[in-house]
Amino acid sequence: MLVDTNKNSNKEISATLLEVKGLRIEGLSEKGWQEIVCGVDLKLKRGEILGLIGESGAGKSTIGLAAMGFARDGCRITAGEIIFDGIDLRSATENEKRKLRGTRISYVAQSAAAAFNPAHRLLDQFAEGPIDHGVMSRSEAKEKGRALYRSLDLPDPDNIGERWPHQVSGGQLQRMMVAMAMSCGPDLIVFDEPTTALDVTTQIEVLKTIKEIVVDRNVAAIYITHDLAVVAQLADHLMVLRYGNLIEVNSTGQILEAPKQEYTRALLDARTRHEKTTAEIPNPEILLSIDKITAGYGNGPDILQEVSVSVERGRTVAVVGESGSGKSTLARVITGLLPPRSGEIRFQTDLLPAALAQRTKQQLQKTQMIYQLPDVALNPRQHVRDVIGRPLSFYLGLRGKEKERRIIELLEQIELSEKYIDRLPDELSGGEKQRVCIARALAAEPELIVCDEVTSALDTIVAKAILDLLQKLQHELQLTYLFISHDLDTVASIADRVVVLYAGRVAEQGPKSAVFQPPFHPYTRLLLSSVPEMKQGWLEKTLATREAKAGIAREVKITERGCPFAERCPEAIPEICSNERPPIQTPASGHIFACQHSPEVLSK
Amino acid sequence: MSNILKIIFSAPLSAKFGMLVVLIYSLVAIFAPFIAPHGEREILGRSFELWSYKYPLGTDNLGRDMLSRMIYGARNTIGLALSITLIAFVLGSLTGMIAAALGGWVDQILSRIVDVLMSIPSLIFALLILSIFGTAMPYLIGTIAILDATRVFRLARATAMNVAVMDYVEVARLRGEKLGWIIRKEILPNITAPLLAEFGLRFCFVFLFISALSFLGLGIQPPTADWGSMVRDNATLIAFDDITPLLPAGAIALLTVAMNFVVDWMLHKSSGLKDVG
Repeated sequence: MLVDTNKNSNKEISATLLEVKGLRIEGLSEKGWQEIVCGVDLKLKRGEILGLIGESGAGKSTIGLAAMGFARDGCRITAGEIIFDGIDLRSATENEKRKLRGTRISYVAQSAAAAFNPAHRLLDQFAEGPIDHGVMSRSEAKEKGRALYRSLDLPDPDNIGERWPHQVSGGQLQRMMVAMAMSCGPDLIVFDEPTTALDVTTQIEVLKTIKEIVVDRNVAAIYITHDLAVVAQLADHLMVLRYGNLIEVNSTGQILEAPKQEYTRALLDARTRHEKTTAEIPNPEILLSIDKITAGYGNGPDILQEVSVSVERGRTVAVVGESGSGKSTLARVITGLLPPRSGEIRFQTDLLPAALAQRTKQQLQKTQMIYQLPDVALNPRQHVRDVIGRPLSFYLGLRGKEKERRIIELLEQIELSEKYIDRLPDELSGGEKQRVCIARALAAEPELIVCDEVTSALDTIVAKAILDLLQKLQHELQLTYLFISHDLDTVASIADRVVVLYAGRVAEQGPKSAVFQPPFHPYTRLLLSSVPEMKQGWLEKTLATREAKAGIAREVKITERGCPFAERCPEAIPEICSNERPPIQTPASGHIFACQHSPEVLSK
Repeated sequence: MSNILKIIFSAPLSAKFGMLVVLIYSLVAIFAPFIAPHGEREILGRSFELWSYKYPLGTDNLGRDMLSRMIYGARNTIGLALSITLIAFVLGSLTGMIAAALGGWVDQILSRIVDVLMSIPSLIFALLILSIFGTAMPYLIGTIAILDATRVFRLARATAMNVAVMDYVEVARLRGEKLGWIIRKEILPNITAPLLAEFGLRFCFVFLFISALSFLGLGIQPPTADWGSMVRDNATLIAFDDITPLLPAGAIALLTVAMNFVVDWMLHKSSGLKDVG
């Protein structure tokens, strides 16, 4: 199966930069060597981007690394050809491959924060490759670095390289890593999930950088991701992979418009927004009310400033915002981990003590939490039985057969079979772990569950299944969720009410229908417009908008006065917005809006 | 039971050797009165007799049977080292985990106390305490245990810190669990591997430390047999090309090596590292 759309023309073949034929890779597991990539072919020309897409375990990263002639520890390439510009990488010696890597082939990893050495300045790290390969002298390399930073629109390109990795934002760091990959002018770049850990607004700037580089410099690229909407903006062709097998290969347009395989359709479907319709609940009862909470860490600034949120029983309230907006801090205040500096939290009508240690067992029982990373939320030494069983005996005093029966009942509720009871977390997949975390929360028979980014570490299909499960449980058990997320698609599919947080202040709050429809608060509009859509050309269109020009590539900054969003806001009124607190408006009952402009003005 | 045997048989050669040595030492220590041909305090012949049928390893400076004293020495020295290491571990790892789990001023106070103790060279500290309070067994055990507990504290605190920041510990806290539960169920199972490795190493150090103190005359007091003092008492023989005084030293060395073989293997197993290639 070739990725070449133009099979008949022989001339085209000579332009092929990378060709992989019948690639088979084995990985070492407890059962011995097992095939993890089962015969994959691909072809790549200069100036082309090939998207590799699939869930975790699909073999995407393994194929990406194999394109550089590399196999990780515990992996081995067993069959197939990897030909890069006429050089057979499988028969090449380590030395020959080393010369190619870094100069003609380079790699951009998922987490720039982990890939940069925190003990060296950015420009020195940039220069390392070219100097080691003997391509440039130190001063030439640094000059090249500054030129690249300039062309990538990084702020203060002449001096930013003198900073340390922790002194630049996540998005900038990721772009600097792209620049580093470009240092020797490579012919092929492998991008391994470079935007997965980033906010939507930051993701756009990185995508823009990648697209420019590939188009302007006629580089070929392999882009690995699990997010179809992201790769749709970049790739010319897509390869859908599952368990190391090729499911479907086609041009991006074809895959998006007319997917041939069932699995591809499932991937597309999981990424498509399914709006939840809010059912009417007669006589809603306020379960949790947070009143003018101000909180911060140590002697630091106020991370939350006078935040008020109320949550009705049986509803889902979503808290959205970029990283640094104070979402997780709000969760810590509610759970009692961080006593607020001022403000009150009420559960039904009871005033909750600020600190965890002062809350009673009954108060703790009513609020449970589910975390972002199920890997670290489960004790690796505890069996599922103990994980779910502990709240049962701790809060409800269950033991013996009764407890066992209830554990099995809970496992059924989270759609896992009885045999999971004796497993350790290591023996569960990411989605299964998250389900066990949900069961642990349910075991306490809580009224409110705080979900902190519960789906952001999961693959799209798995994430959708978890969201469906949460909705089902809400229906059955009348649960109330406080749902923290930076992903607006997720929020749209689960929330009844949305709180938009920016730099520790509520920018807008109201029923989902009011928040996600015009008139928009300028920040909500920026967030909404930054969510990638499943169609080609979305990136270019979005970058041309005023919101994107003003708002992306900026960090969230906490300000003492004025509106914190002012410097990123395309609607900002000079002098006023940066100095005066935005007035709180209530255009409709339950809809709160903090802006100098009235909603009527913004709807134009 | 068959499971344990299976695991032992799957161990690498070095670990099997280590286990065998440790087993022999323990048997000798437990059954010393039955194995030893003479009592540890009996003066039998002239001093410094050569190896013979009557005294397989000769006699020491007072004319006591060397072999019998070696056998009793195993019992005294290993028993002492083991109890000291155990006390040091219980003390050190418990305080270390408490410091990590509670943090704040509890951590500050405990850590500073340990810093002060560690800043004094341990041999000098031990000499000081033992010369003030005398060399009675409880003081000996207490002094070395506290000194060693500081090292265990540092390790336990550092490893427990990494665990204490995990979300699952936060979950337990949010549930309202008491400190005891958090330490016992959430933290301890996750730091057992490094603690176990440290236990083997510490045991060896304690062993050497007791021997060193005995050599200086502040350890186990005569006439109780102990390997360290046996080296000292018979050291003059080395000048006469006799290797007898090196035998107790060799016994110490062999046990140290064997212990480390076993600990290395246990650490390797519990860390879940796979041999690749």
